[in-house]
Formats: sequence, C-alpha cells, structure tokens
Amino acid sequence: MYEFNYQKATNVDDAANKLGAGADARVLAGGQTLIAAMKLRLAAPSDIIDIRGIAELRGIKSGNDGLIIGAMTTHAEVASSADVRKNIPALAVLARSIGDPMVRNMGTIGGSIANNDPAADYPAAMIGLGATVKTNQRSIAADDFFTGMFMTSLEPGEIIESVSFPKPKRAAYMKFSNPASRYAIVGVFVAETGSGARVAVTGAGASVFRVAEMETALAAKFSADSVTGISVASDDLNSDMHASAEYRAHLITVMARRAVEAALAG
Amino acid sequence: MSARLSMTINGKPVTAEVASRTLLVDFLRDQLRLTGTHIGCDTAQCGACTIHIDGRAVKCCNMLALQADGTTITTIEGISAADGSMHPMQTAFRDHHGLQCGYCTPGMVMSAIDLVNNHPDPDDAEIRDGLDGNLCRCTGYHNIVKAVHAGAAAMKK
Repeated sequence: MYEFNYQKATNVDDAANKLGAGADARVLAGGQTLIAAMKLRLAAPSDIIDIRGIAELRGIKSGNDGLIIGAMTTHAEVASSADVRKNIPALAVLARSIGDPMVRNMGTIGGSIANNDPAADYPAAMIGLGATVKTNQRSIAADDFFTGMFMTSLEPGEIIESVSFPKPKRAAYMKFSNPASRYAIVGVFVAETGSGARVAVTGAGASVFRVAEMETALAAKFSADSVTGISVASDDLNSDMHASAEYRAHLITVMARRAVEAALAG
Repeated sequence: MSARLSMTINGKPVTAEVASRTLLVDFLRDQLRLTGTHIGCDTAQCGACTIHIDGRAVKCCNMLALQADGTTITTIEGISAADGSMHPMQTAFRDHHGLQCGYCTPGMVMSAIDLVNNHPDPDDAEIRDGLDGNLCRCTGYHNIVKAVHAGAAAMKK
C-alpha cells in the first residue's frame, strides 16, 4: 500500500472540507473494498478521510412509508434490524447475503453504493425499490445515481448521508452467487409498488439496470408466469471466467421468476 | 505520515504511534507481538486474521490500525480465563479434533464465539453459514462444526 495522509472526520461538514482539501482524497467507510484495492495498489489516494466515527451517519429509522438508513450502517445491522425485517424483509435478506459475517460487520450501505461495483447487491435494492440517496448537497433518485461501472453521479466533495427506501407492497431478491466471493453473478430484485412493478438486475451488466419489459408484464399481472417468456439480450452483458454473457442472460429470467415467486410467498 | 492511537486490547489499554498505512493485523503481530492472530491469504478471504472489535468478528488484514482507534479489541490471546485455562470454544476444538494443522484455528474460534454470542443454539446450517468467511485448507470442516456445537453448549454453562 502506498503512503497516504490519514484524517479522521468528526462530522459531515468536517469530512467534506477535508475531502475538498486533498489532491486525490477518498472517503473511507467500512473499507471492505477500498483497503483491499489500496493493498493491491489499484487505488492510491493522497488522503483518506475516515468517517467511521460520525455517529449521525449510523442507524435505521422506520416510518409509515419506508425506511431511512444511515450511510455508515453496516450490512450486519441492516440484516438483523427488526424494523427492516418488518417493513422491507427483502432488504434484510439481501444484506444478509453480502460477503461473509466479518465483511458484513464492517461493510456499509453508503460505501457499497458509492463504490457501485457491477456485482454488488445494494444497487439492485436501490433501483428495485426506487430508493433516494441523500447527500450533504442534495437528494438523488436511485435511477439517476448509478451511472456506469464503478461510477455514480456523486460530485467531488459530495458525501452520502443516508438512503431512503419506500415500502413496497411486496418485494424479493434472488441471487445466483459466486460461490467464493458471494458477489452476484446475477442478482434480480423485484418489487410491486404503489406505482407499478420494478425489476432491477445486478451482476449481469456494467452497472445495475432495469428490465422494462418485465416491469410492464408484472404491472399487468404480478405472477411468475408473467416473466417466464421474457429474456434480456446478451449483447451488452458481462462475460468472464465465472459465466458467459449468454448464461447470465438465461439467469436473469430464472432469477426474476424465482424472485417473483418469493415475493408472492412473502 | 504516522499518528497516535489508543485502544483497549485484551482488557489492557494500549497507546502507540503507527504509520497511516499499517494494517491492524501487522500492528497486532509486529508491534504488540500478538502473533496468535494469523495472516493467511492477506486478501480478506480466508478469515485466519479474525479478531473481535467492539464485540463483533472482523478481518483485521483488511483494515488500517488507525481505523481501530478508540475501540475495544479481543484477540485469540484474550479469550482464555484469568487462570490461563482455555475458553470453552477452544476446549471444544481440542476435544473434537476441530483442527489439523491449526493455521486457521484462531480465526475459526473467534468467528465461532461471535456466532454463538448471536445464536446461542446454532444448527448445522447456521454454523456453516457463520463460518462462511473462514477457510480451512486441511478441509476439516466436519469436526469444526462438531466442535462449534459442543462449544456452544459449553458456553451456556
């Protein structure tokens, strides 16, 4: 790991100031991706701004219409939260499927979505539920947040404070995981909401994406049969040692069908 | 750059000066000579470096020492009783031949204790799930699962 300047932020304004002052400063959340990337010298920031000690970025609030989850809330906290399990159980299931127990004790929701790994789980829930990201500068709809592989619409100096998830009528997440890393080879999040159905796919493309044809079919009738005949073209999908693009395309339909079945089973 | 950190390790206050890029596992092993915490893969996959920070199992090869400033840490050296007798989970690993070469064992034991703290009566599936982040290259998983069952029962006493 290359040398860097370590700074601990005491609050969000302090973190934003420190982030703006560094030549190539990066925010350190749980560090489960960033530290590993720095060890491999894939990342070499000039400054690390550690936000782990900022208490107001942590915690889960539940209301009648959904959940607000602080950016520094860990996957383990989301997975075990009674509020999450009661209001959006699919989100607790998703958090429970990330990495392994030790990773879940350190990794955070804010860190995951800011990194936007193409195979990460949270982006599927963000898009599938129509979540909103609140930063120190503005609110960003999930549909406008994930812009490409490892890319988001966050501006320099912008820090995620929380994520709000509207409560769906029903939802489920189904993942075909890599057996070693537990990353999604293909993960599909489906939700039936007050304003229609949403289908979000992670792991298959450069970044999370929606499947409009499935959404239309599910809006007409929310049943597994509605998505069985719908397939996504493999042209733009990922192909690697774990799965070919054609296999990923096949898995999208299979995982979507299973997710609808799971959502209906509650 | 370097910075000062303070933490409680195995019940004792520790204050030290570390380089910003020092990993927590290297700080524990090289500066404090707590070499029971092992470095296996050094890429946050194998779990040999598992310790408890504020009561939860984490992989300390994948975090900076400075990230642990102000925390309470327990390593494998800190789980035995004051008289030096082994923790019930350690005894269970010995009794059930839950180790072969022993390299993964400190991490396995630390993960198993965190698992049982959260699930006092784990079934086989919960144990295997709870040890998902720990690899044993001797592949002695069956006896490890048996050991965790016994350790969980012994921890209730």
